Amino acid sequence: MSSTDVRPTASPVPVPESDPASDAPIRRMPPAPPLRATRPGRRSGRRLTIAVGAALAVGALITAFPFVWMLFSSVKPQSESIDYPPKLLPQEPTFEYYVRLFTELDFGRYLVNTLIVVAIGAVGLLFMAMAGFAFAKYDFRGKGGLFFLVIATMMIPVQVTMIPTYLILNGFKLTNTLVGIALPTLVSGFGIFLFRQFMVTIPTEMLEAARIDGAGEIRTFLTIVLPMSKPILAVQAVLTFIAGWNSFLWPLIIASDQKLYTLSVGLALLNQQLAVNPSLQMAAASVMVVPILIVFIVFQRHVVQGFALSGLK
Amino acid sequence: MRTAKLTPYAFVTPAMVLLIAFGVLPLIVALAVSFTDMDISGLANWSNVEFAGLDNYERLVADPDFWQAFGNTVFFAVIGVPTVVLVSLGVALLLARSEAPFYRALRSFYFIPAITGIVAISLVWGYLYNTQFGLFNWLLSLVGVPPVQWLSDPLLAKFSVAFVAIWRGTGLNIIIFLAALQGVPKEYTEAAALDGAGSWRTTRSIVIPLLRFAIFFVTVTTIIAWLQFFDEPFVLTDGGPLGATTSMSIFLYKEGFRLNQFGYASAGSVVLFVIIALVTMLQLRLRRPDVEY
Repeated sequence: MSSTDVRPTASPVPVPESDPASDAPIRRMPPAPPLRATRPGRRSGRRLTIAVGAALAVGALITAFPFVWMLFSSVKPQSESIDYPPKLLPQEPTFEYYVRLFTELDFGRYLVNTLIVVAIGAVGLLFMAMAGFAFAKYDFRGKGGLFFLVIATMMIPVQVTMIPTYLILNGFKLTNTLVGIALPTLVSGFGIFLFRQFMVTIPTEMLEAARIDGAGEIRTFLTIVLPMSKPILAVQAVLTFIAGWNSFLWPLIIASDQKLYTLSVGLALLNQQLAVNPSLQMAAASVMVVPILIVFIVFQRHVVQGFALSGLK
Repeated sequence: MRTAKLTPYAFVTPAMVLLIAFGVLPLIVALAVSFTDMDISGLANWSNVEFAGLDNYERLVADPDFWQAFGNTVFFAVIGVPTVVLVSLGVALLLARSEAPFYRALRSFYFIPAITGIVAISLVWGYLYNTQFGLFNWLLSLVGVPPVQWLSDPLLAKFSVAFVAIWRGTGLNIIIFLAALQGVPKEYTEAAALDGAGSWRTTRSIVIPLLRFAIFFVTVTTIIAWLQFFDEPFVLTDGGPLGATTSMSIFLYKEGFRLNQFGYASAGSVVLFVIIALVTMLQLRLRRPDVEY
């Protein structure tokens, strides 16, 4: 719904000072011991759990079905993919369309551009960690006002900033550059906020000890603070990757030269040009979706935790 | 240590500069540009830009396309918000029923639509919705229903587009509800069970009241998201047919980037911002105090 970003519209109400990251809210308490025959419905309760499980499984399959359809269709020859009645499984599987994406079409370049945009996002991650650290562990003049600004920017919708941001980037001659594509979403108020919340919990004594040992502020940040912030870094890195990989609005607005298209813009172009070849389209969609699925499966805990943090105190 | 005084500023500066440049400054620019006749010639040379007073706003009020986009946005929000909130709450309550590995594995399936890119999703759904060789029309033909124009019938297109957004929008909220459900103290539900309350009764009388903050939060963010509705209609129908799926955001995008009417589009975006801010503030006002636990 809202743009491709990972919901930057975080909490519209002041979030209480808690420490969301350190004790993973996702993790469950150990299950309570089963209650002994408190009521006669225990067995029917279990039967209900099985029935609900079956219903949820059907729902899960329906939810995931478009992706299954995409993967199967991507290896069907074109004649099969526009065949009527449609068949689920490909009769003569072929990887022809994946090859065509990278040989006849420019998807290799789009992929590289996307990876560059994602890599620039890593710089933003460092900036956010630095700012979060300063808000967590230093006292300085203007801190309150600046932190209010951080919170306030979380509530501004992207469609409002879309046109002025284009005008600003144009003023700096950054339209039609990969840096220009990455800049508007490089730093998010929500990201700074999360880092700050986590870094508040780092014991100040550890930082003092490092300083007494003669470490400078930057060295303290790099060797003590960052390693201790690994959990929140992991969450944010995964979210930044997903947001950068999927981002659509900014590449669409900022890149007018086809050489600078990212995967999502290249894909949108395919949508308009080749409406008659679903196999090719599904292959392109798979190129975009499968890496995200792999990241999701490998880092599922971090992804879920990150999304959950975006929602609650 | 004198250097320590400057250190915090060194740490915050890069992030704050970017945040101000792309978070705060655009709001001011939008407001300023909305009072001018800025267009493509103004983009090339600032001296071509002239002050236009409230012209853009007056034009907006008289523009039937704007009102159509406004009406569509309200329509989408009225369908989308309750559906997304209820479906994600329902699925989360069911998923939280058991901690068995099977249940945990099922969760991932519901999350997938939320993390995949909108363009890929739209291609897949566009294929499923295809009138000639799409899967949905074939499924309908199995029960004897003639082919349906999923994306080219003005009324049906609204529902088709909204459906994809609902499908995609639930995953994130399910995660938020599941996280909130973990915050419900076990003792409460156990006490209710000991008192002989069934699971439906426990859910209705104990769990849902305790989820009030989460429900409120999800409702607010979902309303904001649907007022900004953009991605799905943009890639599935490009706002068509005949503007039937043009939301306010699509209207702004088209006026701004297709017609290069930056001043006019900025006025529209200021209006959208005011609407979103008002709706959000109204909700914050109406919100009753939380149940403490």
